[in-house]
Amino acid sequence: MTMPMTLAQKLIARAAGRQTVAPGEIVTCDVDLAMFHDSSGPRRLKPMLDELRAPIWDKRKVVLVIDHYVPEADEESRRIVKIARDWAAEQALPHVIDSQGICHVVLPQAGHVRPGMLCVGGDSHSPTGGAFGAYMFGVGATEMLGVLVTGRIWLKVPHTIFMRWTGRLQPGVSAKDMMLAMLGRFGMHGGQYQAVEYCGEAVQALGMAERMTLANMSAELGAQAGLVQPDQTTRAWLEATGADVEELGLVRWHSDEDACGVRHSFDASGLAPQVALPHSPANVRGVDDLEPTPVQVAYVGACTGAKLEDLRAAARVLRGRRVAAGVRLMVAPASVRDRDAAAMDGTLQALQDAGAVMLPTACGACAGYGSSIPEGSTVISSTARNFRGRMGAATAQVYLGSPYTVAASALRGRIADAREMLA
Amino acid sequence: MRTWRLPEEVDTDQLAPGHAMKHGIDVIARHCLEQLRPDFARGVRPGDVIVAGPNFGLGSSREQAASVLVHLGIAAVIAPSYAGLYFRNAFNVGLLLLTCKDARRIADGEAIAFDARAGRVLRAGGEVLRCEPIPDFLLDMVAAGGLLPQLKKKLSENR
Repeated sequence: MTMPMTLAQKLIARAAGRQTVAPGEIVTCDVDLAMFHDSSGPRRLKPMLDELRAPIWDKRKVVLVIDHYVPEADEESRRIVKIARDWAAEQALPHVIDSQGICHVVLPQAGHVRPGMLCVGGDSHSPTGGAFGAYMFGVGATEMLGVLVTGRIWLKVPHTIFMRWTGRLQPGVSAKDMMLAMLGRFGMHGGQYQAVEYCGEAVQALGMAERMTLANMSAELGAQAGLVQPDQTTRAWLEATGADVEELGLVRWHSDEDACGVRHSFDASGLAPQVALPHSPANVRGVDDLEPTPVQVAYVGACTGAKLEDLRAAARVLRGRRVAAGVRLMVAPASVRDRDAAAMDGTLQALQDAGAVMLPTACGACAGYGSSIPEGSTVISSTARNFRGRMGAATAQVYLGSPYTVAASALRGRIADAREMLA
Repeated sequence: MRTWRLPEEVDTDQLAPGHAMKHGIDVIARHCLEQLRPDFARGVRPGDVIVAGPNFGLGSSREQAASVLVHLGIAAVIAPSYAGLYFRNAFNVGLLLLTCKDARRIADGEAIAFDARAGRVLRAGGEVLRCEPIPDFLLDMVAAGGLLPQLKKKLSENR
């Protein structure tokens, strides 16, 4: 009779070839998928692999995404991207996603992340994959080297922190607000490098894009992984991308009811829009509790906050209106697919008519690339991190919010509550 | 040697700033901690130690945030806790992290000694601070200079 296990334990047990694993144990797991990008990948991995004279263990399980240094803005960026493309060709990598958008969004779009998998990504927002019921976490380049050479990785089995959300989000309130509320309560070490699992009726009611936002910012909570139990919503999304959904095995991938874990409860119905103040994602207050805060820049971007659903959220607020004088609204869609869908359904038009400037589908200002954030400006951003200098301007004051909040703030010229505009 | 005492919440953007990330480790080193301790990059010497607050290294998976300290010759970081991803990266590149709940008792500039295997830090005045035990396989990794030298050794043994 096997002991009750959380989803995290079940995923790790399978990858470790074990019936059960207990929190605290150190185990070695087979890796189903290794993803890296132009910044964390070839320019770091090639010299080390050459030094070891070792081949990649299984190229079918490797995905290279080119998303950080594109579009190439300068000589250094061109050099880095060339290294990536040349190495991909030299290694005959079967899976290369080049300039299609941000890795955490294009990876599942291409069907690479499915329930039950154990995946690693060369980027700290790799926990996004957890939205699909996969155990996915971020690793550095040398760790990735170890995976590429051995196909395995060591793990300390985490205990699980359950974040149960009951009720239903109000219009104009979103997964980003849920995340910021959790960050405000638990801080950036609240996840303790364990597994967080998001559950409850309010989470089950979310679409995949919103679940990805939750999983994505598990990194800011300091969790190793952020999981959502896969269900029919997951299946339908994967089916729509063309992935093979026959063997998903959804029934298996859930936490047992009596599994050990820490449990916290939240009410989605009473949740107001939240904002993270400079310079920490955990410096959170309700949008109604802020002093009037004028903004000069409103940024809708990143894997966290510029998927199709995020763009639509911003458009719902901005349609038929213009941004305030003195505000620069910038929109950098998370992927080409999201951008094209937004072009087709009028979302982009609504944003541009409101005064939005379109930026390329790449990480952009979220990670300080692209020089789009002026020094000394106050920014409201749909991205995940507002550390000092993070967005490329050392003296910018960056506030984090949902795409709804970013759009509402662009309209008012100060941080504002989107619910007023959607009523 | 001397201790560099850093403010609370040192993130990876402080250790390896985004604007320097397109360059090699020697350039990143010149900008290491430039906003928090502008005197660090020029003043640090091999054998120095960093003392920090909780959740040191939070943020990105960029390994440079750890390897920059190896490049600058930092012998160890002593802090009450670390971001998990940073913890793994550090040992992988041969950077020793000591987890010590009383790290903040150490003063800036202090000359200290430490014994990683015994889990002890010896302060200038003789006070002994205890550190959490580190698994042997991680201590071996640091002693070898990181995962890459270990892999190299293992692969050549198998040839």
